[in-house]
Amino acid sequence: MASSVAHTSTVVHTSAPPAHHYTTLGLDSRKVAIWAFIGSECMLFTSLISTYLIYKGRSVVGPFPHETWTDPSTGQVLKPILNIPVTSASTFVLLMSSLFMVLALAAVQNKEKPKRTRGERVLGNSKLWLWMTALAGTTFLGFQAFEFTSFVHEGLTIRRNLFGSTFFTLTGFHGAHVTAGVLWLVTLLAIDYRRGLGSRDSILVDISALYWHFVDVIWIVIFTLVYLLK
Amino acid sequence: MDTHASTTNLPDSAEAQAHAPHGEVEHAHPTWSTYWKVASILTIITVGEVWAYYIPSFVASRAFVPTLLTLSAMKFAIVVMFYMHLKYDHRLFRVLFTGPLLIAALTLLALMFLFGHIFIKIM
Repeated sequence: MASSVAHTSTVVHTSAPPAHHYTTLGLDSRKVAIWAFIGSECMLFTSLISTYLIYKGRSVVGPFPHETWTDPSTGQVLKPILNIPVTSASTFVLLMSSLFMVLALAAVQNKEKPKRTRGERVLGNSKLWLWMTALAGTTFLGFQAFEFTSFVHEGLTIRRNLFGSTFFTLTGFHGAHVTAGVLWLVTLLAIDYRRGLGSRDSILVDISALYWHFVDVIWIVIFTLVYLLK
Repeated sequence: MDTHASTTNLPDSAEAQAHAPHGEVEHAHPTWSTYWKVASILTIITVGEVWAYYIPSFVASRAFVPTLLTLSAMKFAIVVMFYMHLKYDHRLFRVLFTGPLLIAALTLLALMFLFGHIFIKIM
């Protein structure tokens, strides 16, 4: 069967995307690679989360994440620095971005299927969902920039105490990953506008979606361990 | 020379099937409605987490930390299974993800134990 299929495809091959590898299991090697990368990223973020947890509650000077602190030299009272309502909103935005991302993937995978209703056309619009995902990611980054700026204004810098060092490193690394994800989405949008993403390109969207969801699950862990657990 | 290079005009999944020695290919992914349901569940769990944070008596209780950790683990698992399609995809991907995750989790627990954040009562 495989040989007969190969025989009929010689003309089409010239306009097809560049050839890629398959593993002996028949899996796309790019997907295997992204899963291996995600596995390694799990260990990277675990090291950052471990460092945060090890130094949790061991800062000598404030501001502190959940407790009020009075500066002995100035007498200034500093409130708990974490802003849970703002972070909850940014968490919701990132969760929604994951929904938009799977809808973008589904839209690309089902590109060639006929869309009869308006709802099907909306769900099948890959550009819309890619835009929504990138916008949600950018909004999340905006929330993070607001949070970092307000922390610095309240006296918490990366050099202030152990909480500041571990917090900015952990959330900063996560923010850098979100930024990389947004840039990746922008490149997919550029491809979609240039030549259109079809079901044959679904692997390109699939691996970027895996990366995006990974960034989301890491935030799920960070939100609980850093923001909610006192 | 690339002996496994794409030589067909089939979609990826069909081409993968052609190359798969034992027919081990990806299963069908969830539908749109499943994705919406998953998003709703994730939102409800997140609202529950934040709500719990604002109940002082619950925060002071012993149940607070285990509850939040359980809810977080549930959200993690739901995203990985349904959005990342690990429930539906090839088991090699499960191994590639859960292997390092297990090592990472054990390392985290070991570090928490070493630095005195987890106490084990012996005798």
